[in-house]
Amino acid sequence: MTAPRKKRREAFLLGNEAVVEGALAAGCTFYAGYPITPSTEIMECMAKRLPHVPDGAFIQMEDEIASMGAVIGASLAGRKAMTATSGPGFSLMQEQIGYAAMTETPLVLVNVMRGGASTGLPTSPGQGDVQQARWGAHGDHPIIVLSAADVPECVEMTVTAFNFAEKYRSPVILLLDEITAHTREKIELPEPGDFEVFSRLTPTMPPEWYKPYEETMRGVPPMPPIGSGYRFHVTGLTHDPLGFPTSRPEEVRALTERQFRKIDRFFEDIQIVEHVETADAEVVVIAYGCVARSARLAVKQAREAGVRAGLLVLKTLYPFPRRHVEPLLRNCRLAVVPELNMGQLSREVKRVNEGYTTVRTINRIDGQIITPSQILKEIA
Amino acid sequence: MGRNRVVVYPDWCKGCGICAAFCPKKVFAVGQDGKARVVNEEACVNCGFCEPHCPDFAVLVIPGETDQTPCPPETAPDPAEQPAAKEVKP
Amino acid sequence: MAEITQLIHQYLRHNKKFPLVFCPGCGHGIVLGSLVRSVHALGLPKDDVVIVAGIGCSGRIAAYVDFNTVHTTHGRALTVATGIKMANPKLTVIAVMGDGDAFSIGGNHLIHAARRNIGVTALVLNNFIYGMTGGQCSSTTPEGAYSHTCPQGQLESAFDIVELTRAAGAAGVSRGTVYHVKELDALLAEAISRPGFNLVEALTPCFTQYGRGNGFKSAVEMFKWLKASCLPVERYEKLEDRTGKLPIGTFVRRDVAGLETRWANMRQALAAKKGGAA
Repeated sequence: MTAPRKKRREAFLLGNEAVVEGALAAGCTFYAGYPITPSTEIMECMAKRLPHVPDGAFIQMEDEIASMGAVIGASLAGRKAMTATSGPGFSLMQEQIGYAAMTETPLVLVNVMRGGASTGLPTSPGQGDVQQARWGAHGDHPIIVLSAADVPECVEMTVTAFNFAEKYRSPVILLLDEITAHTREKIELPEPGDFEVFSRLTPTMPPEWYKPYEETMRGVPPMPPIGSGYRFHVTGLTHDPLGFPTSRPEEVRALTERQFRKIDRFFEDIQIVEHVETADAEVVVIAYGCVARSARLAVKQAREAGVRAGLLVLKTLYPFPRRHVEPLLRNCRLAVVPELNMGQLSREVKRVNEGYTTVRTINRIDGQIITPSQILKEIA
Repeated sequence: MGRNRVVVYPDWCKGCGICAAFCPKKVFAVGQDGKARVVNEEACVNCGFCEPHCPDFAVLVIPGETDQTPCPPETAPDPAEQPAAKEVKP
Repeated sequence: MAEITQLIHQYLRHNKKFPLVFCPGCGHGIVLGSLVRSVHALGLPKDDVVIVAGIGCSGRIAAYVDFNTVHTTHGRALTVATGIKMANPKLTVIAVMGDGDAFSIGGNHLIHAARRNIGVTALVLNNFIYGMTGGQCSSTTPEGAYSHTCPQGQLESAFDIVELTRAAGAAGVSRGTVYHVKELDALLAEAISRPGFNLVEALTPCFTQYGRGNGFKSAVEMFKWLKASCLPVERYEKLEDRTGKLPIGTFVRRDVAGLETRWANMRQALAAKKGGAA
């Protein structure tokens, strides 16, 4: 952030409202959605703001499936587009997430996680959608999943989500939880120039040379908006570099491998974490979302009590930030993963741990937050 | 009359028989190979039925010279003028 | 006449494999031709036309034409079309769907697209059956007809597409058949040029999956049936005995602005108010 130093506009915002600030700062001009607790404020705020944004368009669709459809359509037509949802709505969106991944359509989906399965606990926090965010759509597909722990981070990570979506032509899921979404904090509103903002590469070659799914150096082919003179075919079927359906084994493999490679190659850029006193830590807490806030205090208190504790806040959940997690696990005697679920991200931690150290989980699924003292008890 | 040229692309024809069945002048027949072929080109009056009704874009009618007698207006028959339908499905 | 075929060739993607993937006698190719002719008649540049298709035999149409083409998921064509139209109202967006696509899995999207009158043309290829999956009944399979999932005869009644879309509020509703091609061309051209949501139902026989199981001896017979049973709506309404007859033509013509236009007008009004206040 390069901050222009004059009196900055401040506001007292919900996490959900901060998402809207971030989205608009990133250049979002299209929102389609369906109301669902606890994500609704994002939609309401967009409905108010978008009519005033140049080229802004907002539409309330008939369900979450339709919302994702409209967002995909808008993105194909060249817009930076997003939607937001929670719980059951996220399940309904899975089919279209798979379509966006297959057609490499950039979009941002904010999922404000609530508690429990099915209708569950609509007004309580949860983190039970972590594995679903990664694997919810059928078939192998790459995807980027981010998270945010407080209101300023909601702004920052929404901008990041748009940047990743545009840079890598991928759907990006931003996971919030009810606590983060409904906490009101004072923040400085983003000004133009605060954030580096990316837009998708568009082709420069003549239309007849353009191959929409061509292998390129970055693995991310340029993408023209529909109606710009580049006429091509978009399909959810496995397709060849020209975009037409194919089932030839070599073409199918090339497509899927490129889709994974475009994300794999940029692990360094995509995997965002925050280290808090991890340099000499013998006990490491690995947390994300609202739980990371409790963990921050717990680690501070543990340090005060003489325990060499550290905290790794994960802002990127998938691709799993292995290169940050792995070295910590090799050098600590205990890793603690507190989560508002039965153990979803801890699976990933255990996977990369490969038996090096003890991984302990703290799981809470009663709709209440994990308190600092609960974490402190495990680490001190 | 009789100057119109009628062509069937054998590669695109699937032999559904629509042209043969509906051509008012019986210009087409479906051959042994399961493809439509032109059997009575001289009779073609360029009525305009076969080209848009070929589901595979496999029929081409090239009209004759302009000094030719204009074709009689034999457009797609009016459905209401047809004899009563047999049992109707949907 | 030769120009009809030549015209179609101008709009086809010649890097695709021909003949079309459809079965012999399938009407889908005829609808494709009709679509091309009506777009051509309206003088729309290829770059400004977007075909959004769903899944099923009808979805295969999109790949063959040299427009901007999007082959979406099953039943969701209208949602993607809505997004494209809202994002860029200058484009002519045509959603090509089958009967299962539009009225079964996508039924909710269809009635809402009609209600909000988004400026999209819905071209529904109704063949009374799920063709691609091998002949299961759809929501337009007539009562009593046979299919693999109603081998004893369909017990449910079929949707009346015209009445359904009329009630939902569409700006235009029409029905044509692949036998009455010239009329279908005109209906499509009219639908594409009218603002708001316009639906064109094209009856297109599926001999392979529907006809064979329901007493038709060939695809040609199905065309003969269309010829015999469909008549213009004006004449249909004068009939005493309407058994076995189906009206074709335009049923609904409403003068409404598309949602994208109403949205633009609202934005303009807001801007004017803001400018006036300052």
